[in-house]
Amino acid sequence: MHERPRLTPIQINRDLMRSVVETPMVFYVLLLLLMGLVGLGVVAATLLVTYGLGVTGLNHPVFWGFFIINFVFWVGISHAGTMISAILRLTSAEWRRPVVRAAEVMTVFSLMTAALFVVLHTGRPWRTLYWAFPYDFVRGIWPDVRSPLVWDPSAIFTYLTGSILFVYAALIPDLALARDQTTGWRRTVYGVLCLGWRGNARQWKLLNATGLLLSALILPVFVSVHSIVSWDFGMSLVPGWHVHIFAPYFVVGAVLSGVAAVIALMAVMRSLFRLHDYIRPEHFDMIGRLLIVVALAWAYFYFLDFVFALISKEEAEYQVMKLRLSPPYLYLFLLMVVCNVFLPVPIWMFRRFRRNIPIMIFTAVVVNIGMWLERFLIIIPTLQRRHPDAFAWGDYSASLVEIALVIFSFANVALLLLLFSKIFPVIPIWEEKEGHIWKREFRIGKLRLPAIVRE
Amino acid sequence: MRQAQEEHPQDTDKPVASIGRRWGMVVDLDRCTGCQACVVACHAENNIALNLEDVVLQQRAINWIRIERYWEGEYPNVKARFLPMFCQHCNNAPCEPVCPVYATYHNQEGLNVQVYNRCIGTRYCANNCPYHARFFNFWERDLDDTHREYLNPNVTVRTKGIMEKCTFCVQRIRKSEWERRQADEELQDGDVNPACVQACPTDTLVFGNLEDEESRVAKLAQNKRHYRVLEELGTDTNVVYLKKVDPHASETAPAHA
Repeated sequence: MHERPRLTPIQINRDLMRSVVETPMVFYVLLLLLMGLVGLGVVAATLLVTYGLGVTGLNHPVFWGFFIINFVFWVGISHAGTMISAILRLTSAEWRRPVVRAAEVMTVFSLMTAALFVVLHTGRPWRTLYWAFPYDFVRGIWPDVRSPLVWDPSAIFTYLTGSILFVYAALIPDLALARDQTTGWRRTVYGVLCLGWRGNARQWKLLNATGLLLSALILPVFVSVHSIVSWDFGMSLVPGWHVHIFAPYFVVGAVLSGVAAVIALMAVMRSLFRLHDYIRPEHFDMIGRLLIVVALAWAYFYFLDFVFALISKEEAEYQVMKLRLSPPYLYLFLLMVVCNVFLPVPIWMFRRFRRNIPIMIFTAVVVNIGMWLERFLIIIPTLQRRHPDAFAWGDYSASLVEIALVIFSFANVALLLLLFSKIFPVIPIWEEKEGHIWKREFRIGKLRLPAIVRE
Repeated sequence: MRQAQEEHPQDTDKPVASIGRRWGMVVDLDRCTGCQACVVACHAENNIALNLEDVVLQQRAINWIRIERYWEGEYPNVKARFLPMFCQHCNNAPCEPVCPVYATYHNQEGLNVQVYNRCIGTRYCANNCPYHARFFNFWERDLDDTHREYLNPNVTVRTKGIMEKCTFCVQRIRKSEWERRQADEELQDGDVNPACVQACPTDTLVFGNLEDEESRVAKLAQNKRHYRVLEELGTDTNVVYLKKVDPHASETAPAHA
């Protein structure tokens, strides 16, 4: 990390704790706005539960709609967490340092939002909760493990548990710092949360081991979660869903949307908390490079999906693909391809653009619009044309309740992130300092040598 | 269930071991006139919600049995073809393994059963059913006292948020069983008739036990016109269709046929 300015530890503490200690006006404005949008979602959810799924635009044969699209979308966003913190930690990519916590926390909150949509989408949410948690084992009826809908909660809760542990373990030294910098009841709360951290050598050693272990353990989950989500579709008998490449294809798509979302998150944090010294253009540069690979891999899988349908010309699947390629879905399809590949990839090719933060935000937003559309195009047209000789083909248009709940999901994740930033430092302070120490070097004549050698 | 499996160890590839009874139906398309009597009878028997105009326009109408009407040929030689479609009670049902709560499962009589109380309404079964035979209750039913008067007391009234579908009038099967058992007799062929079969004026629909080789339905199922809808999906249905006999087939068929 070449552009890191020389900062004293005290300055780092002050900069990174600022979001916790100070509360600027813009915080309250954002808080009110997001709470309003979340309130709108609560109203919509109340309507939904009270009157039933009739208030949505769902029908026969389009039984799944915006809720499932949103579920897949948010599970996709959550992939950024492991991608950035686990994989980049294991490969010791230095540029991960300021981003890890934000990405991990976004993982936790977007997973929670995704799980909420699974519950809301069912016909009897109260029964769903009853089924997912304390199941009525008394009657001897266990969940059917053959159903992908049982694999889903298993995958999501494993990932959620892992991510929360990950966030918490990495928070401990910073909580101790917060304890030392606050007074009164706050000090007590942080004191309890930091589990008696004093920063001695043994504790640091344990923390490092925990970080590595959790990274390695969470890595399989990284592959499995979105694979399992894709099996909701892949395991079905629906032409257009029953596709064997869905698992890797969904994982790649998830990484694309998730890492793009991290760009937006980084940019917001940078300007909101004045972290210009910590989140620098070089970080955007690195993420942009990563995304070129991911976006092209996604394009390859999408291309394959089409090739298999159009070349094999299996009638049922062919009908679905034909519908996807005819108006109005053709326009959505073109928009999606432009948003996911043809617009952002050329932009990321240029170093100048990768280091330009407004342009990077633009690509992040565009990619996520594209990825949302991708899920839409997988789910809706397929259900409209299930089996070519069936009598029940239909249309779908989302109702206001569904749209309100989609807006709610974005507001909800943003609100939770905002509240998190108020309570905990958003950039891992100790990791930042660690990065400074790793960077230390000394000179022997003209030679520059690192002060610390990594094993 | 365990007992039944021990009695029929050879049936391990079947989802559930049978007890010598597999309910099935034969639909003779040559007899079907598309009169929709079966549809009306089904609605009356099974307390199905009224499909009012707004519900139909929302594409949420519930018809456990429907008459699919296909047009064949070019004008002026257009022929209407009718195909009664309902739950095919597949032996290898796509809807069953996707339900996380066993709300739909296969019982020992070959019926694909829907347990309303367990259903949480994921609608995955409906997505997975290639026959579009499953229906979701999008709205709570608005039943006033007059409506309650004509409900069938033997059939559950479904609440909002759950799936429903053709049951082969399981309440009638149970009633016939009970009546025979009171007289200490075995169930006979022709004892049980679902509402649609009873209402059919042309004897298109025949119901019975497919495992009993002497039953009328089993004999009809051997007819050389027999086929199953979407057989290539491997659902192994318990409903057999008999192809329509076209007296003019030889005149209109292409030369190479």
